[in-house]
Amino acid sequence: MIGQLIFAVCFLGALFFFGKNARQIYSNIKLGRDLDRSDRASERWKTMFLVALGQKKMFKRIIPAILHLFVYLGFVIINIEMLEIIIDGLFGTHRVFSFLGGFYNFLIGSFEWLALGVLLSCVIFLIRRNVVKVTRLNSKELNNWPKTDANIILITEILLMSAFLLMNATDLKLQLYGFEHFNAVGSFPVSHYLLPYLPTSTTTLYMIERFCWWFHILGVLAFLNYLPYSKHLHIVLAFPNTYFSNLDAKGKLSNMTAVTNEVKAMLDPSFTPPSSDATARFGAKDVQDLTWKSLLDAYTCTECGRCTSSCPANITGKLLSPRKIMMDTRDRLAEVGNNIKTNGSFVEDGKSLIDTYISREELWACTSCNACVEQCPVNINPLDIIIELRRFAVMEESQAPASINNMFGNIENNGAPWKYAQMDRANWTQQQ
Amino acid sequence: MEICANGPCKLDSTTIVLRMENELKVPTVAELLAKGEIPDILFWVGCAGSFDERAQKITRDICRILQHVGLNYAILGTEESCTGDPAKRSGNEFLFQMQAMMNIEVLNGYEIKKIVTACPHCFNTLKNEYPALGGNYEVIHHTQLIQDLIDNGKLKPADNNIFKGKKITYHDPCYLGRANEVYEAPRKVLESLDAQLVELKRCRSNGLCCGAGGGQMFKEPEQGKKDINIERIEEVIAIQPHVVAAACPFCMTMLKDGVKIKEKESEIEVLDIAEITARANKL
Repeated sequence: MIGQLIFAVCFLGALFFFGKNARQIYSNIKLGRDLDRSDRASERWKTMFLVALGQKKMFKRIIPAILHLFVYLGFVIINIEMLEIIIDGLFGTHRVFSFLGGFYNFLIGSFEWLALGVLLSCVIFLIRRNVVKVTRLNSKELNNWPKTDANIILITEILLMSAFLLMNATDLKLQLYGFEHFNAVGSFPVSHYLLPYLPTSTTTLYMIERFCWWFHILGVLAFLNYLPYSKHLHIVLAFPNTYFSNLDAKGKLSNMTAVTNEVKAMLDPSFTPPSSDATARFGAKDVQDLTWKSLLDAYTCTECGRCTSSCPANITGKLLSPRKIMMDTRDRLAEVGNNIKTNGSFVEDGKSLIDTYISREELWACTSCNACVEQCPVNINPLDIIIELRRFAVMEESQAPASINNMFGNIENNGAPWKYAQMDRANWTQQQ
Repeated sequence: MEICANGPCKLDSTTIVLRMENELKVPTVAELLAKGEIPDILFWVGCAGSFDERAQKITRDICRILQHVGLNYAILGTEESCTGDPAKRSGNEFLFQMQAMMNIEVLNGYEIKKIVTACPHCFNTLKNEYPALGGNYEVIHHTQLIQDLIDNGKLKPADNNIFKGKKITYHDPCYLGRANEVYEAPRKVLESLDAQLVELKRCRSNGLCCGAGGGQMFKEPEQGKKDINIERIEEVIAIQPHVVAAACPFCMTMLKDGVKIKEKESEIEVLDIAEITARANKL
């Protein structure tokens, strides 16, 4: 009875704190500018189904894709087991779904294989990060916290899966001994290999079984509450983020309607622009100036670095890293969110996304080639952020590299980015 | 004397006659209009195609192809102006929209319905970004037009064309490939040559940028280990092709410079899909 009570408190407490953090993240994302992504619902569901659920883009790199698939399937399917654990915990039952009989055996059997898959994949992932040192997982933007974060996630998953398998093994041994309520249910294709290594005392076995049960469930609840502080949040946000993906051609940049109105007024004095929010700045200086989709992108990023490893600027040693753009946006957004939470509304802190977090050198190194956008397994778009920051630098500050300003001047004066006269434009027709 | 594919050579009398028949006559939309005609398709030349010496050759080859198949086309001539693409990608939305609106006024004034362009940057901007400002056209890239002409039997590479058996690779321009997912058309054109096609390690949606997009064409690169076009050309050199095919005037400049810096000019030729088509069809 006390066990049930403790369980209920932990369970509800975990949900409460997760809900609180989730609301904070939601309101942070809502700080972004409006963007309509409510159209083409069927196409959006399809994208989510293929990209998030179906992991389609992961398979651009086959080895990590397969390893990740094990972890992903394990996570999704073993969570069915969580339902049983929660019911058992709340009502003091034991393996409440075992009435399913043969199907239950099949389920438990599959969970065991999946748990083994997750465990081995996580070990290989740890080796890739810390021993083999795969380049994209060891860039300098990952130093300190991001690397620790990744290792915490992998080690936690290994511990959770170990506890799950050990719990099953002790359960099986207790079943074989006919101990108390441990009826012979389930099938244990993996954990039965552990039997010879387990103690023979039923009391010890029972204690191990209970410890693993509690460790597993409390671990999962703790992990749930770790998500909002971690890159691992992608397991939740990958779904809305792919649903709200850009469905247009990647080459199409957003049209700035505020500018359209001004240009129309310039070309045609009789044009009266519709009233708009006059205080909104052109482009983005800080996270609030980005669209909510860019902010959702930032929270969804799991720092895998596929973007950065395919970025031509980064490959050739420039400062720009699309992954860092996403990490910076998230860090700044969390900072702005906390600022608002503490002060009621945003109080100027002398910082901004541009300069404090992302340097001009990074911005201007981008070739807008869309390689980062193409590579992202969850359809994040770092290019949108880069373009918004450039728009701010150019239109609000007139701070572009000198040669870019020359190019602007040439287009303005000659209708070409180079210094050639408009009248000479068709001279090529005179030669054969 | 002119430079043939195999070096300097004299023109024989039949070639001269052919050349005279094939003499380029490039009509402008205004000229056609004066005769009470409108073109079926507008050839949007672009700034590089108009002013860059290397790109001008590609422009003329496209005109040769259009003329050869008898398409009723025209150019805007001095009425054409930058689409605004480099301005938009560099953050200058004002300048972009000014350019776009002026161009749209000209295009709509001439009731243009269909546009073919030699530059993937112009292609992308006209196709994807002009509609929001009132410019709605059917826009195709020249590689798509050439593929179409081959499919319809209007272009047929000569059986003994100079590319037969040659090792050819293709560099995907970002604004044709990833940006607009045109991967097949240029490859189909190359397939018609009976050449040996070899893909680069990073190709199609994984293609590596030449380094010129997003305004980079007009500025020095930021500090780094090497230039992007060198990274790309090293990948090209690794597969030792006779020809690396391009489909974008910016890529052309970057690849050509890369080949030159690596001193491979005598081994690797950088040619646009349009030039390859013109040569294979002896235009």
